[in-house]
Amino acid sequence: MSLLDYFKISEVSSASLARERLQILVAHERSSRNQPSYLPQLQKELLEVIRRHINVEQDAISVHFEQNDIHETLEVNIILPEPQSKRF
Amino acid sequence: MARIIVVTSGKGGVGKTTTSASIAIGLAKKGHKTVVIDFDVGLRNLDLIMGCERRVVYDFINVINGEATLNQALIRDKNCNLLYILPASQTRDKDALSQESVGKVLDELKKDFEYIICDSPAGIEKGAQLAMYFADDAFIVTNPEVSSVRDSDRMLGILSSKSRRAEQNEEPIKEYLLLSRYAPNRVKSGDMLSLNDVQGILSLELLGVVPESNSVLNASNAGIPVILDEKSDAGQAYADIVDRYLGENKPHRFIDEKKGLLGILFGSK
Repeated sequence: MSLLDYFKISEVSSASLARERLQILVAHERSSRNQPSYLPQLQKELLEVIRRHINVEQDAISVHFEQNDIHETLEVNIILPEPQSKRF
Repeated sequence: MARIIVVTSGKGGVGKTTTSASIAIGLAKKGHKTVVIDFDVGLRNLDLIMGCERRVVYDFINVINGEATLNQALIRDKNCNLLYILPASQTRDKDALSQESVGKVLDELKKDFEYIICDSPAGIEKGAQLAMYFADDAFIVTNPEVSSVRDSDRMLGILSSKSRRAEQNEEPIKEYLLLSRYAPNRVKSGDMLSLNDVQGILSLELLGVVPESNSVLNASNAGIPVILDEKSDAGQAYADIVDRYLGENKPHRFIDEKKGLLGILFGSK
């Protein structure tokens, strides 16, 4: 224990803040780095097909690609519009 | 068999050219015939750091365009007769380089040299991509600072996907971390990312830590690479790095704080 430590105000050091921000950022950037390049195009085309049949919003579809040691998963999530009460 | 080393970082100003110059001298002084190439077309500076700026007659682009032979363009280092410098062009732009033409020059150099060091420009554009494309080993120069660590990680992604070794499914480029401008006192006070923090994120084999040092600026002022300043901490750090790269087992230094009189009086332990 140093003499000077008595006068230190205990607060989060800026270095630990930097470490936490970096860990989150780098993990996020690595996951998107491994995504196949066809993903945005796939998302666009899927949306076109779906909109031919159902009237969904532009942002109603999300495509996620996940990868682990054994397998790769492509997750397509489509939010369908609220069922309309009046039908013709 | 010649080995191609790229010195890269993504971010600018972290010490790529300083590192390239010192590593090149270190390898040559160990008896290995070495050439160091400046890939920063349009913004050459390796010549200035190596102190040979007034001896540049022909450059890398002249060789690529067939306006000069390699022997005409290579500059023999004034400190070390096993070391040669291939300067970049100051007047052309990066489009003067192509993968094919760079490959040809490197193939020719491989016949004559043991180590070929490619000093990458900052960024991830063409010059940087060509500097790393043919590499066998990569020295990732990183400062203990958020933007530098992030850019280094980005560079690692590029090395593992867009290099020749990656494209041809060969053994991947061997990547090493070189942590520069490290200030142990600031790490201790919690103002700077520690070696462990950086290692925890990048998880690379550590080649060495280069401490923040006045000697680096003095060396570039004089055009004498800092490794030749054998009394300086940074110079010694680079000498260690060369030894470790060549397989010597040197314990890491410059990681902990130097203690002055005040440190002894007030410090812990």
